[in-house]
Amino acid sequence: MKILKNLVIAVALTAIALPSTVKAEPKVEVLHWWTSGGESKAVKSLMDEFKANGGTWTDMPVAGGGGDAAMTALKARVLSGNPPTAVQLKGPSIQEWAEEGALGDLNDVAIAEKWDEVLPPQIADVMKYKGRYVATPVNVHRVDWLWANPKVLAKAGVSMPTTWDEFNTAADKLKAMGITPLAHGGQSWQDATVFETVVLGLGGNDFYKKALMDLDMKALNSPTMVKVFDQMRRMRGYVDENFSGRDWNLATAMVMKGEAAFQIMGDWAKGEFLAAGKKPGADFLCAPSPGSKGYLFNIDSFAMFNVKGVDNLAGQKLLAKLIVGEGFQKTFNLIKGSVPARLGVPMGEFEYCAHKSAYDMEKTSQIGGLLPSYAHGMALRGAQAGAITDVVTKHFNSDMSSVAAAKALAEAVKLSM
Amino acid sequence: MSRWLQNNLPRIVMAPSLVAVAVFVYGFIFWTAYISGTKSKLLPRYDFEGLSQYVTLWSMPRWYVALENLFVFSALFIVVCMALGLLLAIMLDQKIRVEGALRTIYLYPMALSFVVTGTAWKWILNPGLGIEKMVRDLGFETFDFNWLVDPDMAIYTIVIAGVWQSSGFVMAMFLAGLRSIDQEIIKAAYMDGVSLPRIYLGIIIPSMRPVFFSTFVVLGHLAIKSFDLIVVLTGGGPGYATDMPATFMYAMAFQRGRIGLSAASATIMLMTVMAVIVPYLYSELRTKRND
Repeated sequence: MKILKNLVIAVALTAIALPSTVKAEPKVEVLHWWTSGGESKAVKSLMDEFKANGGTWTDMPVAGGGGDAAMTALKARVLSGNPPTAVQLKGPSIQEWAEEGALGDLNDVAIAEKWDEVLPPQIADVMKYKGRYVATPVNVHRVDWLWANPKVLAKAGVSMPTTWDEFNTAADKLKAMGITPLAHGGQSWQDATVFETVVLGLGGNDFYKKALMDLDMKALNSPTMVKVFDQMRRMRGYVDENFSGRDWNLATAMVMKGEAAFQIMGDWAKGEFLAAGKKPGADFLCAPSPGSKGYLFNIDSFAMFNVKGVDNLAGQKLLAKLIVGEGFQKTFNLIKGSVPARLGVPMGEFEYCAHKSAYDMEKTSQIGGLLPSYAHGMALRGAQAGAITDVVTKHFNSDMSSVAAAKALAEAVKLSM
Repeated sequence: MSRWLQNNLPRIVMAPSLVAVAVFVYGFIFWTAYISGTKSKLLPRYDFEGLSQYVTLWSMPRWYVALENLFVFSALFIVVCMALGLLLAIMLDQKIRVEGALRTIYLYPMALSFVVTGTAWKWILNPGLGIEKMVRDLGFETFDFNWLVDPDMAIYTIVIAGVWQSSGFVMAMFLAGLRSIDQEIIKAAYMDGVSLPRIYLGIIIPSMRPVFFSTFVVLGHLAIKSFDLIVVLTGGGPGYATDMPATFMYAMAFQRGRIGLSAASATIMLMTVMAVIVPYLYSELRTKRND
């Protein structure tokens, strides 16, 4: 009898004590703008993995504007003191937000999961603020790709150019045959994409670093930069008459249909080719842009914001762990068309261009050629990147001289500091 | 008590709207002007710092392009809309049979949003898809109408789209004004043997001054406000050739994280508008009181 009474008391006490030893329920609210078909499928893979690990995911997709609307919503949330747990941020925006004191700290997860060993150092630097991790890389897009239609090239008797001189010769031949050499959409970010591949190809990795990362005035207003603008002037002659305002995927369609031979675009163009059922090698060719001995990366990442509450913090840590984990890196990148940021992920299911991309990423990381793309907001903050794009797009769309453009470039950057 | 309530009821009913306007319009105008004196970048900062944002603003070539476009666009838009609207109104005033139908047709474009107008005109003015292609297909091989992609002429395409949208509205306002003129004066003028154009120029148009004023205010505000039309029609133009202060301000604030600079450009826009509207407002209201 006494034993039974003691047993009942013991069970009752344990039941009361139990809630305090229950593990925190990981909970995240994720703000992102991956709302198109392929993108939302990719986000769903992360959502499913998070839920399978016992977490609750509150989705906050904000469509439109390449992230403009999402960033405005983010500012409102931060100013009202209630930031979302994780936000799709990339590049120097991460450091900008960290300076405003809005981000949390992921260093203990990073140490436990050995992030410094599985991420290339150039990529890890983008995710850190003052040496501590504040964001997690999701994928790596390569920007300096040259896409081509092999049938058009065969008809004109040209091969994939490896330098800008070879490109010019091939383009002249194509133009003489009545084929548009370069499919281009005249939106300022596309002009900027072509510009940075020319800087990389003509100037080399060190020049790219000095001009578009360190913003060295002597590099911005230099004879090499004048040569870059000369090449841009030539490229202007290789695009068709209706290029103004054209969307990038319509330019890719021009290459697919054989109306144009080349396109300079990041590897999301590959997604367009694959979605249209084209096979790499047979229907489209991929190669690094002419002269490129480096690799311009564009990384999507999730930054973890300064939230309170045990559940939110547990959710952040779980999300961070899963994102850099091998399973998610493989699944997500297979769907999105990019390559894993994590080194050493088995690439068996990826196709040829992704293999090349992953291989080049590892190689260039070792020679200091793994460089952030300025045109896609990885190398510079919005103010400086915007100032450079203004000059590039003005030069492309007018008859500004190369010397004047290089001078204007240096002045614009100085003014935007 | 109820006497007081009866006397002051209008004021009490108006009070909430007045407070809302005072805070959300005028209060935030002052907030913007204050922010333009700070070094705000991504988020607002409140330590007043001086006029450095204005110095930066006036050293940017893109700002000069935006201002020039604003003046060119506003001037052309207002003048052409008013002229076209007045002409249409006078034509419709001639007691023709299908006046109702014609009036509706001319007024319809106003029902479209600027986004729809911009998209439709973008396709019409595209050299490879629209007017240039159509005329070339008809046989005129050397016809050129590539204003949309020409940095020097792109701003005029925005004028075309804007005028198409708004001249119907101006026509409706002028038609109402024309109809409200006292017919006795016109009959007297007829009896004196004055010709019809002279009647219009000498009597009718001058007596429509209030209509001119309100049309000018509405068109002026449409011109300054035109953001969606530019974004959709040219996206800021080849390069930034059709940038306007409104698109400049949006780009600086939301795409480049330079809130202080964008606040400075907004304050300059406000001062430009005030410089035009306030004297006009003062002169019109003063004349009215003297009448």
